Amino acid sequence: MSMIPDSAATPTPVAERETDGLFACPACDALMQAHEVAAGETARCPRCGERLEAPRRDAMTRIIMLALAALILMVAAIFFPFLEVGVAGRSNRASLLDTVTAFSSGLTAPLTFAMAALIVILPVIRFVSLIYVLGPMAAGRPPARHAWRVFRLVEALRPWAMAEVFIVGVAVALVKVAGLAQVSLGPAFWAFVALVIVTVLKDNFMCRVTVWKTLDARRQS
Amino acid sequence: MQGNGLENTGRAPAVLTARRAGLVGCTHCGKVHARGRERCARCGARLESRDERSLQRVWAWWFAGLVVYVPANLYPMLVTTMLGSTSQSTIMGGVIDLMHHGSYGVATIVFVASICIPVGKFLAIAYLALSIRHRVSMSAHGRQVLFEAVEFIGRWSMIDVFVVAILSSLVQLDFAASIHPGIAAVSFALSVAFTMLSAQSFDPRLIWDASEEDAA
Ligand SMILES: [Zn+2]
Ligand SMILES: [Zn+2]
Repeated sequence: MSMIPDSAATPTPVAERETDGLFACPACDALMQAHEVAAGETARCPRCGERLEAPRRDAMTRIIMLALAALILMVAAIFFPFLEVGVAGRSNRASLLDTVTAFSSGLTAPLTFAMAALIVILPVIRFVSLIYVLGPMAAGRPPARHAWRVFRLVEALRPWAMAEVFIVGVAVALVKVAGLAQVSLGPAFWAFVALVIVTVLKDNFMCRVTVWKTLDARRQS
Repeated sequence: MQGNGLENTGRAPAVLTARRAGLVGCTHCGKVHARGRERCARCGARLESRDERSLQRVWAWWFAGLVVYVPANLYPMLVTTMLGSTSQSTIMGGVIDLMHHGSYGVATIVFVASICIPVGKFLAIAYLALSIRHRVSMSAHGRQVLFEAVEFIGRWSMIDVFVVAILSSLVQLDFAASIHPGIAAVSFALSVAFTMLSAQSFDPRLIWDASEEDAA
């Protein structure tokens, strides 16, 4: 991306067609001449350094694969035992659902819903929506109905899907319990760790500007 | 354009922005439009040259977050019953407990996530919001990095709420030991959510507009 020199700064009304070759940095509003960014390259804003565009080869297919893997891992994480704790012959097994519903009594009840949303519901909505939006893109088809609205939702939910924060919480909880009782990790715990790794990989492949451009190009064709 | 000069002076050189060119840039996909258009033609997001009420929303969520952060520190986060005796611990109490058990590493994680990050976030957001109207010493670039750090790090304060949830679901061993969540878990979770909303309401383009006016 190259910046337009300031000498051109005459606020004149511009017709819609003339703005097509331009790009404005979402972080600092610097106006640039849009360039094709090759796969594997990363375009940064020359003014503020914001990562503007980073297309990756086969990114769409990879993201779909990773989102599918994440969905399967989430199902495993929900239904297998998560953690088991034992003290003096007694033991208690907690699944992910038990963890989510830990706040279900008394004044802390509203947190149950928040926990379920942050750990399970929002991540699942993101995975499903991504597959819905990117599936047709990877297959070379025109965009699915409401693909734009769905992808905006994917982006808006990004900070609220907290699977990776949760896994650090689990680690801290394990240390806290260790002095009190014997703890063993169930298969769901490892499924969830794998889910976090897959999610981070997926988010690294994803470049929202590339997705928007692809959606735009497919709509017109 | 010289990137080095920018950092030395702490001011960005005059740059043509979409706004100064009489255009509107989409903050979601970067597409540029003529002024007056409501929604982005590419992604459908609402277009706003500058979000004028951005700062009001930032401050509203900021105060809401602060109001619920106070009880989060005063009331118990965890209620532990062991062999019939009940004890309650606040956020700071939990950190001290961990240190007594010699788990300094985990104590540090909890301390950073539950105290340093929330307090740092309140200060950072206030500083960024004030820097729009008042002259500050930090460069626009520095403030941009600060803003990105706030957006990235904020959600990690949720760790302690998750710890409470996991402990309460796991440690239910009748008489031997049981753990229940305290009311502080709710207000702390709300505080994290409100400060995340506060940071999200901030329009980072205002940072660069303000630094531009300083330079002029
Ligand atoms: Zn920029
Ligand atoms: Zn847009």
